[in-house]
Amino acid sequence: MSESNQHPDPNEEPGFFDKPSNITLILRVFYVLCVLLVVLDFVVHRHIYTEFEEIPTFYAIYGFVACVVLVVIAKWMRKFIMRDEQYYDANESELPQDGDK
Amino acid sequence: MWIENLPPFIPFFVGAMLLPFLPNRARYFALLIPVWGGLNLFFGASHGDWLNIPMLEFSVQLMHVDKLSLMFGYLFHIAAFISITYSLHVKDKLQQTAGLLYAGSALGAVFCGDLIGLFIFWELLALTSVWLIWARRTQKANAAGIRYLIFQVFSGVLLLGGALLHFNDTGSFEFTYIGLGSIASWMIFFALGIKCAFPFLHSWLTDGYPEATPTGTVFLSAFTTKVAIFALAKTFPGEQLLVYIGAAMTCFPIFYAVIENDLRKVLAYSLINQLGFMVCGIGIGTALALNGAVAHAFNDVIFKGLLFMTMGAVLHRVGHVLGSDLGGLHKTMPKTTVFCIVGAASISAFPLFSGFVSKSMVMAAMIEAGHEYLWLMLLFASAGVFHHAGIKIPFFAFFAHDSGLRPKEAPINMLAAMFIASVLCIVIGSYPDLMYALLPWENEYVPYDITHTLTQLQLLFFSALAFVWLNNKGLYPPELRSVNIDVEWFYRKMMPSIGHVFRTQLASLRDASQHKFMLFVDALPKVSKSSAYSTAQLTKRMAAILAIMLLLGYLSRSLSMA
Repeated sequence: MSESNQHPDPNEEPGFFDKPSNITLILRVFYVLCVLLVVLDFVVHRHIYTEFEEIPTFYAIYGFVACVVLVVIAKWMRKFIMRDEQYYDANESELPQDGDK
Repeated sequence: MWIENLPPFIPFFVGAMLLPFLPNRARYFALLIPVWGGLNLFFGASHGDWLNIPMLEFSVQLMHVDKLSLMFGYLFHIAAFISITYSLHVKDKLQQTAGLLYAGSALGAVFCGDLIGLFIFWELLALTSVWLIWARRTQKANAAGIRYLIFQVFSGVLLLGGALLHFNDTGSFEFTYIGLGSIASWMIFFALGIKCAFPFLHSWLTDGYPEATPTGTVFLSAFTTKVAIFALAKTFPGEQLLVYIGAAMTCFPIFYAVIENDLRKVLAYSLINQLGFMVCGIGIGTALALNGAVAHAFNDVIFKGLLFMTMGAVLHRVGHVLGSDLGGLHKTMPKTTVFCIVGAASISAFPLFSGFVSKSMVMAAMIEAGHEYLWLMLLFASAGVFHHAGIKIPFFAFFAHDSGLRPKEAPINMLAAMFIASVLCIVIGSYPDLMYALLPWENEYVPYDITHTLTQLQLLFFSALAFVWLNNKGLYPPELRSVNIDVEWFYRKMMPSIGHVFRTQLASLRDASQHKFMLFVDALPKVSKSSAYSTAQLTKRMAAILAIMLLLGYLSRSLSMA
């Protein structure tokens, strides 16, 4: 498997995603689409099934807030549940020594 | 040409029996098994009960055909075909043999008509699939495989116990609606719950799957959990408790998925999240919800398999799938990157991709059933899925910062398998009626209307916007080499630690008592061989003991007479 870890050719052409201008372009298109979706919310008549959905642009707000909350809580969880990579190895390397004298 | 009502596991088992004795190149013929088996099922199977095999005092029904089992039957043939294609480059016939047996066991389980048959195939699923983990042949995989096996076999034992008690209660082994109530039903419920990865019973999945071989995980992700979903849909539809369990299953894994570094483990958590949607659907129990649950199982096998395949390709070429050490792979693995994005779009339920047409059924059924707050949880989970599976997986593996790795593109057979899965994701997403035709319950559902398309796009785009914003602000948690403790902590850390304490305590107790005993032995008077009192004294003592015994015998006899 390791034969494949070739290092980059120093003469390699920078790819499409290496140019900051391209990234900015992609992000701009993305922002425009986001704005468009919000505007559409006021143009198109949505079917309303639950009371939450009566809030204008409910799904956009909920999606954004949900993801921020998700990331903030997950980051905070790291304080309690994150251990180093060898955390379990200490216990498990002891296992086979059962033939006590 | 076609064999009528042949139990579909038979071609797989026959193939697996022959494969080890054939030359290595014969593995290409394994591809024909799911093709022929699938066609035979399509042309040869008819609804009803077939093939009752008497066994001891009972009989085992090996071929029970209805719309639900047919749908899973077709699905498992497709999944087996894709997985075998994906593993063709592997020269280790152990994996192909185990894969065939495993797929066959899953097919056996969905077509059997009674709980005894289900138990047999349930245990076979465990015993055949664990080889896909052990085939990694590392110390970690060996240990993870054993832990996996313990969970799976325990689930089987619960199922057997439950089935026997159920027989005692009802006099029937029929594999049909059971419903919660008796002890038997709870045992069966938990047996299914283990394989379904209910919260707190899920750690075999997140522990075992990331340790399997690149090809093994693709097989694993398709069968075990989906057989459990099938069994749950058959035995416990409409069980309220499942709605709450399912909602919990959609939410808790996404937090882990966001901070997990091993990208296949991220996918394992996201698999639990997807199972949550199916469990919710089964819990609601209306025709729409049940159709949604099985439709989502159908799509999930394909898109989750696709994502596991892309990460398997990275693992195969790079040797690891740690988000912290990957990035920039799109330069040399462009095709895998595109397939990964298709899988990511499908799991995130983008319109025109397969997740959209099935997840929405469960969501709609949730509102119809009046669970508005649980519906909010599922919506939160939908946004979260996009965040960790839809963006994190492709972004950290193929884009993000350039890791300097320039691995070769995946082997041609892997690309072919990923291509087939991608095409299925897009075709099902764009022409959902193809899959809806297979759905077992009568219900009309139209996924594409303006409201639904617009709201879903809003949800997804603004989730993505949150990712962009957090990333630009530097708030997004970096990928760190780490282990996150989960339920497995209880049996991988706490129990071994307690055991260690006990062992040291017992060892010191043993040493102390050995020491005491030696002191006692030393304190006994030493009797040398040539001792003078030997014969005469021994004779006197024996005579005395005989006299006492005689006396005791006489006393006891006279007492019993009186």
